[in-house]
Amino acid sequence: MSVKTKSRPEKTALYRFFHAARGDSPFKRLLIHLALIISCVIAVYPVLRVLSVSLRPGDRLLSTSLAIIPQDASLENYVRLLTEKDFLLWIWNSLIITMATAIIGVILAATSAYAFSRWRFPGRGPALVFLLTTQMIPAAMLMVPIYIMAARLRLINTYIGLTIAYCVSSVPFSIWILKGYYDTIPIDLEEAAEIDGCSKISAFLRVLLPLSTPALAIVFLFNFMSAWNDFLLARIMLQREEMLTWTLGLQRLQHQFQTQWGMFSAGSILVMVPVMTLFLYSSKWLISGLTLGSVKG
Amino acid sequence: MGGLTFETITRSLGQVGITVLLILVASVVIELILYFLLSKVWRSRYTLPFMLVAPAAVGLALLVVYPIAFEVALAFSNMSLKHFKDPTFGLAQGWNNLRTVFTQPVLKQVGFFPVFFRTVLWTVINLVFHVSGGMALALLLNRPMRLRGLYRTLLVFPWAIPQVIACLAWRGEFHFEYGFVNVMLTRLGLSPIRWMTEPSWNFAAMCITNIWLGIPFMMVIFLGGLQSIPKDMYEAAEIDGASGWQQFRNITLPLMQPVMTPAIILGTIWTFNNFNVPFFINQSELETSDILVTALFRAAFEYNRYGFSAAFAIVIFAILFIFAVLYIRATGGLKGVYE
Repeated sequence: MSVKTKSRPEKTALYRFFHAARGDSPFKRLLIHLALIISCVIAVYPVLRVLSVSLRPGDRLLSTSLAIIPQDASLENYVRLLTEKDFLLWIWNSLIITMATAIIGVILAATSAYAFSRWRFPGRGPALVFLLTTQMIPAAMLMVPIYIMAARLRLINTYIGLTIAYCVSSVPFSIWILKGYYDTIPIDLEEAAEIDGCSKISAFLRVLLPLSTPALAIVFLFNFMSAWNDFLLARIMLQREEMLTWTLGLQRLQHQFQTQWGMFSAGSILVMVPVMTLFLYSSKWLISGLTLGSVKG
Repeated sequence: MGGLTFETITRSLGQVGITVLLILVASVVIELILYFLLSKVWRSRYTLPFMLVAPAAVGLALLVVYPIAFEVALAFSNMSLKHFKDPTFGLAQGWNNLRTVFTQPVLKQVGFFPVFFRTVLWTVINLVFHVSGGMALALLLNRPMRLRGLYRTLLVFPWAIPQVIACLAWRGEFHFEYGFVNVMLTRLGLSPIRWMTEPSWNFAAMCITNIWLGIPFMMVIFLGGLQSIPKDMYEAAEIDGASGWQQFRNITLPLMQPVMTPAIILGTIWTFNNFNVPFFINQSELETSDILVTALFRAAFEYNRYGFSAAFAIVIFAILFIFAVLYIRATGGLKGVYE
């Protein structure tokens, strides 16, 4: 006993010695910080530029100034965007479509993943491989048939086709993530619930789902983000002015560079701030979810 | 409140609501039919799992499997805007489409092979910068230091903002007179560059944008991998007198393999299929900046050659498929799926 307690401080001293030897010289540390600061500036500057352009007053919109906060900064662009353009309508359209599709997408994935995780039913293996290969199909490749199908069913310029397509598009990825997570939860818990008189379904709803909240949150966020940020599908499905989603609306603003750069920037800031906050706040779980899927794969 | 009236609010709510209702009703119908068939007629042991999978399976069948089958059929047709209602199908037509992909311009002037090689070049350039840049930043961040959390947060910015916004913002910044890139070049005493009209510079602008966008993902994934390498390995190497480079070559790289391989494969597919960056940065619609997926989009939706685009899409898919098969054979990557 006494030998052990004595040897312990020695060990940490040894460890500290080598750790100190590994520790970098002040000059090297300065270089590392310098490199990181330069990288951060490169990463952040273009984003700050959007803010800067959005604050420029109308008569100074086209200037070669590089200042972040322009002289006589004004909120004119924001006011004009909200009053002259349909910005709020675009956001509303996007929000309602995205919310509906994210919720449906999560329900579809959560139930299927339960089956994939807990049963060895016939066709399970090929189905999982199929889900993986769908990730490789370029979105652009499915555009032609989907457009023609939608045109024949008269779903162009409605939200029906768009909503259905978004619901399904993230399902394969979500099933993989959720299946990986369910696999880590011992089946004993559900079996115990079943002995206590639960059916399979209520064991799933009352035991497995509450334990999987972190994974469900990741999947919801992923579904939400991919529908929220989509441009391509919306571009071919929606053409009428009052039906646009925010990606289409901002693209139309940016199209007329000379006049509407300021309004485009103002809109970008308004969309960007909540999305970035959500992303940075949740990035830890998001990343653990991404790697979780690949580790289990 | 531009445009946001009671009428428009209720219209979008109503349409989305109808869709949700539609999906709900369809699911219930599917489940009832399945329940009847599986449990009453066939008495299957797997009634519940099949019922759980059914809605997603039907959705994927309708929106992935059926469109692919439809695309194959379209590739054998002469469908275009002119023949939208009355396309003719036939083997000869399919052969003709396939030949046209390789022998005639896919857009107005540019042929298939230049676009293909440009896509490969685009993928390689981006991947090299993403992986090396991401690795460099991850190595710099993987040590106890002050402000580490702040650096990490700031460096993730390009990944955190919506891609469409990033692309459109960069497009503005490549403007000849007012974009910050040229303004900075002029201040440094260099001559400004015509990013939007000069073909090779436009391609460079695309690459710059996408490299900026893609580094954070690799950095975050690699940082996660680096943190899982036990520290005592480096200490042991230190005692044996290994230099920093030797430690990186012989400890970091081999142990990072399981993290790097999927990230690189994923990155390759994403870059190869990237639509937003080449589409948005290429403001003057230069055919010399199109990669395969944007050329496909233009052929379909600007020139309205649907039958031809379907054949073109199948060729692109075949390329990706060959890549995937080669990768799977090289790594045995799908073994774990069956458990």
